[in-house]
Amino acid sequence: MIGGRRVLVVIPAFNEAGAIAGVIGEVRRELPGIDVLVVDDGSADTTVVEARKAGAIVARLPYNLGVGGARRLGFRYGQDHDYDVVVQFDADGQHDPRYIPQLVEALDAADIVIGARFAGEGDYRVRGPRAWAMTVLSAVLSRIAKSRLTDTTSGFRAANRKGIDLYAQWFPVEYLGDTVETIVQAVRGGLTVRQVPVSMRARVAGKASHSPVKATVYLGRSFAVLLLALVRR
Amino acid sequence: MSLNVTTMICGLILLVGILELLRRRQLREKYGMLWIGVALVIVPLSIFPGLMDRVAGFVGVASGVSLVLFAAILFLLLVCLHLSWEVSRLEEETRTLAEEIALIKIKIDDTAKVGAQDDRG
Repeated sequence: MIGGRRVLVVIPAFNEAGAIAGVIGEVRRELPGIDVLVVDDGSADTTVVEARKAGAIVARLPYNLGVGGARRLGFRYGQDHDYDVVVQFDADGQHDPRYIPQLVEALDAADIVIGARFAGEGDYRVRGPRAWAMTVLSAVLSRIAKSRLTDTTSGFRAANRKGIDLYAQWFPVEYLGDTVETIVQAVRGGLTVRQVPVSMRARVAGKASHSPVKATVYLGRSFAVLLLALVRR
Repeated sequence: MSLNVTTMICGLILLVGILELLRRRQLREKYGMLWIGVALVIVPLSIFPGLMDRVAGFVGVASGVSLVLFAAILFLLLVCLHLSWEVSRLEEETRTLAEEIALIKIKIDDTAKVGAQDDRG
């Protein structure tokens, strides 16, 4: 419970046995009495066992769907079990659970709240084509949402019942669709999207890619996704 | 061997192949009918390649063979597009099923846990 709301934290995990227990433990320590759902996206390692041991509810997908599929499952679980708020959280340790109450409180004035890295908090920096892509995406999406959004690819989000209902029914599986397209669809569905500044940490496990080729591909893909999202019904 | 015989044999093999797949229930009727239709067009054409010449002249294509090639490419493109659409739909359907299964498994685990506690108590 945060401010009288029933909150569910959803953590998609794919082969995160090394980090998952620590992440769940931290969420439960910071926010006692909150439910944590780990969606195991067909992991081959001991993610499921570790997550259960750490005290999370574990949903196990029969095969790998990608992060979008795992996230939608979280919203469907939230809808089925009548939660007021679903918080999207990452298993790699980037997100700080101490910001969850701020995200939830911001739902007073919005339906979807994004925890944004570049809004003054923290020292997370990205350079090169990836940074340009993020800047332009932010500018376009801010216009669409009629609110300043500086970190549209952040996976740290909270949704109220309206948001849960939308995403339980519809959530793209494609890479980037789960971040960029979901904002566009939420706005089009008449939901308000706002952001709250958060600081993020270096990943506990895994590494973000910084090669120029990958960054350029990322740039192209993000615009393709954005254009599709804008013309899709 | 003349060209006519070669094309005829190909056409007939295609027709027999489709019928056999249908007979073994490997093809859904909707696709089976489509491919039988295709075979029924191809077989006469393979026996009498000159058949398309008059149609070709009518639509302004110099030779019937060119028209057949053009029509074939167009048709195959449409079939590919249709199959992409079908695959997208199937992926969405299997995704929904996978999610349902995961949700049901949680429910079963919960029930089993409650049951185990009842047994002990």
